[in-house]
Amino acid sequence: MKAFLRACSSAPRSALVTLGCLAVIGWGMWHFLSWAVVTADFVGASRDACRSGGACWVFVYQNLATFLYGALYPQDQIWRLNALFTIAGGSVLFAWIWGTRGRLWWILWFAGLLPIAGYYLLCGGLGLAAISSDRLGGLTLTLVIAYVGIMASLPLGILLALGRRSEMPLVRWLAIGFIEFWRGVPLITVLFMASVMLPLFLPRGSDPDGFAKLMRCLIGVALFSAAYMAEVVRGGLQTIERGQYEAAYALGLRHSQALTYIILPQALIRVIPAIINNFIGLLKDTTLVMIVGMFDLLGAVQATLANSDWLGYSTEGYLFAGGVFWVLCFGLSRLSQHWEQRFGRSRI
Amino acid sequence: MTQRTLKWWVQFIVLAGVTSTLWLLASNASQNLAAQGVASGFAFLERPAGFDIIFHLPEFSETSSYGQAFWVATLNTLLVAASGCFLATLIGFGIGIGQLSRHPLVALISRAYVEALRNIPLLLQLFFWYFAVLRNLPSPRQSWSWGEAFFLNIRGFYLPSWHLEPASLYAICGSIGLGLLGCWRRKIRYGLWFGALGLLLVALVAGSWQKPALSGFNFVGGWVIIPELMALVLGLATYTGAFIAEIVRSGILAVPRGQREAGLALGLAPHQVYQLIIIPQAMRLIIPPLTSQFLNLTKNSSLGAAIAYPELVLVFAGMVLNHTGQAIETIFMVMLVYLGISLGIAATMNWYHARKALPEQIAAHKDSPL
Repeated sequence: MKAFLRACSSAPRSALVTLGCLAVIGWGMWHFLSWAVVTADFVGASRDACRSGGACWVFVYQNLATFLYGALYPQDQIWRLNALFTIAGGSVLFAWIWGTRGRLWWILWFAGLLPIAGYYLLCGGLGLAAISSDRLGGLTLTLVIAYVGIMASLPLGILLALGRRSEMPLVRWLAIGFIEFWRGVPLITVLFMASVMLPLFLPRGSDPDGFAKLMRCLIGVALFSAAYMAEVVRGGLQTIERGQYEAAYALGLRHSQALTYIILPQALIRVIPAIINNFIGLLKDTTLVMIVGMFDLLGAVQATLANSDWLGYSTEGYLFAGGVFWVLCFGLSRLSQHWEQRFGRSRI
Repeated sequence: MTQRTLKWWVQFIVLAGVTSTLWLLASNASQNLAAQGVASGFAFLERPAGFDIIFHLPEFSETSSYGQAFWVATLNTLLVAASGCFLATLIGFGIGIGQLSRHPLVALISRAYVEALRNIPLLLQLFFWYFAVLRNLPSPRQSWSWGEAFFLNIRGFYLPSWHLEPASLYAICGSIGLGLLGCWRRKIRYGLWFGALGLLLVALVAGSWQKPALSGFNFVGGWVIIPELMALVLGLATYTGAFIAEIVRSGILAVPRGQREAGLALGLAPHQVYQLIIIPQAMRLIIPPLTSQFLNLTKNSSLGAAIAYPELVLVFAGMVLNHTGQAIETIFMVMLVYLGISLGIAATMNWYHARKALPEQIAAHKDSPL
């Protein structure tokens, strides 16, 4: 604290800079707080409660269910979404604390059992009422797309990265072409392709509604992020010294065994921060699905803002959505640092 | 079976799988298109578009063709990309150096900027700028004005327009000539470039200016930057600026400490140490990731479609696709433009990197295992 104060006032010029910064921060905070807290309205049932001229948090509070679960999900089934949130949140918490032990079980849980349980809870079947995936929305949809995207893109990305480093020219060039194509186009065009063009490629007479829009978007998102994941994995593979391969071969392992037991585990652990970075990017990019007509968190906010009951509260809506995304992305980046330190200690 | 024949077989199977899948998809598509009665091919580019584009650099009207619409939309995309990259670089370098400031408050504010902006989706930021900020500006009659020449209101930012006159054309030619001469004669280059800048100013003054003026409910004359363009450029520049700031910060930190100390020991002022010693060395590390940020910005400019800025995706994958129904051709053309820009920038980057990288960096690159 002392050093901080000394650095702020060591010379006339830095004292002047301090004053300027404090003035900017103070002015900004004053205006923001007086809008967001002092003159804001927190309780009420409709926009009639917002008369003080400040922020109208009633808007967020009254539409919270829409923002979290989407407007179309059946009201009496929302417990299923809550159950899924609890299970998923709980497992992330456990992984945060005990993530370094029993790694195989964690992979089995996050890549296999959790998605199956999630599908069962979200869409029903076997005793639960069936719900079409078109009814998903809000934060639920955002998280579903991001999670499925990352889980599908990891194995695909590993395959593509291995293909790009393959000695077989045809495999290598196909992998390079695939990766560079997806990395060269914006995600919006991929989503347009998935929603407009993909139905054209299905066999004639197949029911377009049988292939839900969510599914098509997920395929687009998975292929798109697989290309980025492939480059990350390739970066990891490049850091593995030649000696590791030679040692594996000297032990009598075949090429595939050397990759699975020696090379890939080391390469993947080294790029965990980059993988999580990809995940953060994907989470932010899920907002683009609203352009092809799906209502993720931002889409739900935007649709509510267009409702004549709540016109004119866009700042509140965007601040809420921005806050949720910020907490998720910032939390993920902290998780990445946490794991980097843990694995860094035990492995590299 | 030897390793060699196995590899041939694997490649053969992969090739057969890929071609048969592509063939299956193509035959499905042609059957579906025939069933829907949609034409195929690029003949539609000649037909009149029948819609207007609210913002266009070359002339465009409802009678112009789809091909001209494609050209207009591509130029709009490039305009956003170029101005966004320029602004983002300014912001990024400012904030990046600010993060390393010895002044704790400056460092804190810069850090907060980066952490706040890069963890929020770009689309959300664009919506914020467009719907929450620019949509709340005053009407044309109450617009904010600066010197009765610049006006900001809900319809956009109005500024005086400038038209070419013969005198300014000569001045511009002279300025380009002096600038090129400066590239060649290195000893007097700053003098020559200063002269070029002066001639450019002369050219600006010699052109004919026209101020925007309020007439009825709106402004006439002058140039207008529509709010969609402003929101898109602002959003892209502030968002990408946060990423560039991180790149600049890590590039500067990667310059060995001794370089800075040596510079200070030589008696250079801190800003001179930055300008003459640290930044030139950091640039080698900054430029490759900086280009990939420029690429990201160009690709992200497609989000302009969500706030109705008429760029490539909105005009082509939106309006033209809806008019003609030719999904495959339109989306193919849009993807081709972005792919072309990406591959072009990547190739330029590789060339630049090979020229500027230190010899040991190239050697290390070639030496990497496998």
